Amino acid sequence: MEQFVQQVASGLANGAIYACVALALVMIYVSTDHINFAQGEMAMFSTYLSWQLMTWGMSFWFAFIVAVALSFVMGVLIERLILRPLHNAPVLSIIVVFIGLLAIFNSMAGAFWSYLIKEFPSPFPKSSFGIAGVIGAHQLGVVLVTLIVLGMLFVFFRYTPLGLAMRAAAQNPQMARLVGVRVDWMLALGWGLAASIGAVAGIMVAHIVYLDPNMMGGILLYAFASALVGGISNPAGAVAGGFIVGVLENMVAYAGNQIEKATGVYIIGNGEKLTVALIIVITVLTLKPAGLFGRVVVKRV
Amino acid sequence: MASLSKKWPWIFVVLGLLIPLLQPAMPDIVSDYRLFLVSTMIIAAIAVLGLNLLTGFNGQFSLGHGAFYAVGAYTAAVLMDKLNVPYWATIPAAAIVCFMFGYLFGLPALKLEGHYLALATFALALAVPQILKYKWLEGLTGGVQGIVLLKPEPPFGLPLSEDQWLFYFCFITMIVLYWAAANLLDSRSGRAMMAIRDQYMAADTMGIDTALYKTVTFGISAAYTGIAGALSASAIAFVAPDSFNIFLSIKFLIGLVVGGIGSLTGSVIGGIFYVLVDNSAQSLTQFIRNDLGLPFDLSAYTVFGVLLIAIIYLMPMGIAGGIYLAWRKLRGAR
Repeated sequence: MEQFVQQVASGLANGAIYACVALALVMIYVSTDHINFAQGEMAMFSTYLSWQLMTWGMSFWFAFIVAVALSFVMGVLIERLILRPLHNAPVLSIIVVFIGLLAIFNSMAGAFWSYLIKEFPSPFPKSSFGIAGVIGAHQLGVVLVTLIVLGMLFVFFRYTPLGLAMRAAAQNPQMARLVGVRVDWMLALGWGLAASIGAVAGIMVAHIVYLDPNMMGGILLYAFASALVGGISNPAGAVAGGFIVGVLENMVAYAGNQIEKATGVYIIGNGEKLTVALIIVITVLTLKPAGLFGRVVVKRV
Repeated sequence: MASLSKKWPWIFVVLGLLIPLLQPAMPDIVSDYRLFLVSTMIIAAIAVLGLNLLTGFNGQFSLGHGAFYAVGAYTAAVLMDKLNVPYWATIPAAAIVCFMFGYLFGLPALKLEGHYLALATFALALAVPQILKYKWLEGLTGGVQGIVLLKPEPPFGLPLSEDQWLFYFCFITMIVLYWAAANLLDSRSGRAMMAIRDQYMAADTMGIDTALYKTVTFGISAAYTGIAGALSASAIAFVAPDSFNIFLSIKFLIGLVVGGIGSLTGSVIGGIFYVLVDNSAQSLTQFIRNDLGLPFDLSAYTVFGVLLIAIIYLMPMGIAGGIYLAWRKLRGAR
């Protein structure tokens, strides 16, 4: 039983990371209809930035803030310089550009910081809380940071004029333009925000998965699964999807473990995490493309 | 003009067949290593050809063709390793197995379009190495260690080196596959494939069985890439799960985009191109380190990434399309 609770707790911590990356994906999807395949590598790059700042002597939280700010600038620049001119390009071109970005970020991180796996510090104390160490301090911290970020985003989009303008630009660009919203810049800001959220996720998860240029591959896949489960056009759904998928992932591994203990037959374990994500992605896409909380889009031909 | 353009393929084939025979005359230029390199280029060209049949001629995206390449390679490796099947017989076997996998993957893909199909195949590409390491398959696949094979020997006591024979084997396979693809595209079925790409609704209304064509195209495309995978298993004489990661699929994509989406000749150019860049990245890095003095490891993927973006901007139809346009301009000017 204790193990079960522990699994749920660590699933929630993972889910918080997936929720962040999924939210970043949804932000870009809602405003531009593009799925950003480079999101994970951008987050990885931001994490390396914060690591570099820390080795230059900054404290964790200062490096965190600077890296998140730099990521924001990076996101805005990518949108303005690379994606803006391709505004009306066919889908394939956009996908190719995203894959190009993925390759660039991955190889640049390898070039600057080498492919050796690095340890990443945790800002949280090493003790454990609750019922006999059910949840580690870092996991609890990750969940807290995620919830703070989500709360800030909610307040931003719900109560500030800029947030309102961004929502307008995403939902109805033409009408937004008519009432004086600078839609182009809103999209760029959306990109910046997405890059920042990704950076938060990357920096939070690096302590768990260690720092290396390929660290975000699996997480990105789970973020895709989360966004799809929650409905890729629904930010709140993506967050819920993140937590659902995080817990589900650990439950599957836990169930596989129990079955192996009881019957001695290995069916599924930690080694099949990505396969589980693949199955979730394909199942949701084919059976319920709108996700659990998404809107069904009806297209007129 | 027409007669010349019909002769070109033959000239190309004859030249290709002559290359290894030059080896005794010019051992420095036509070395074993270079022949092997050309063989890997041919293998790459076949893989890109498969992806192009799907994306370029049928309009379905795939970022996960590395998966089918892996299935082909492992089919060949397991057959050779466990059942002692001769290497040449693994090619049709890999084609059949990959066709089935592709066809099955094509079924859910029917419901997906554009970004979503890219997403599903991307997920597939990310998961492949893990699937290959699955514990129940370990008996067959050898787990993380992979399978070590023997290089194919020249048959009938032909006086050829292993690399020379490998070149012939790959080259002939490619000629056959290229010819088959060209004929397929020229047929009624090929036109149906392209009609689905250009106007899905119209194709459907005109009575084309779109679901059948799309899934079968997925199967054929997977079979092509699988054959390339089987050839690579023979050529490298080794398969291991971690070599079939997402970056393999990205290489196919770069071959497709650089060569030209929807061009058979372009696929060959694209395949040659990515092997070339992949192999010269090492010397490029050394140039940057030693001659420019920068402490910077340039990977081939930086070049690939920049090229992917640059080509979308400058030459949306790839190298083949660019040459074609330039050729038309020249002729128009005359």
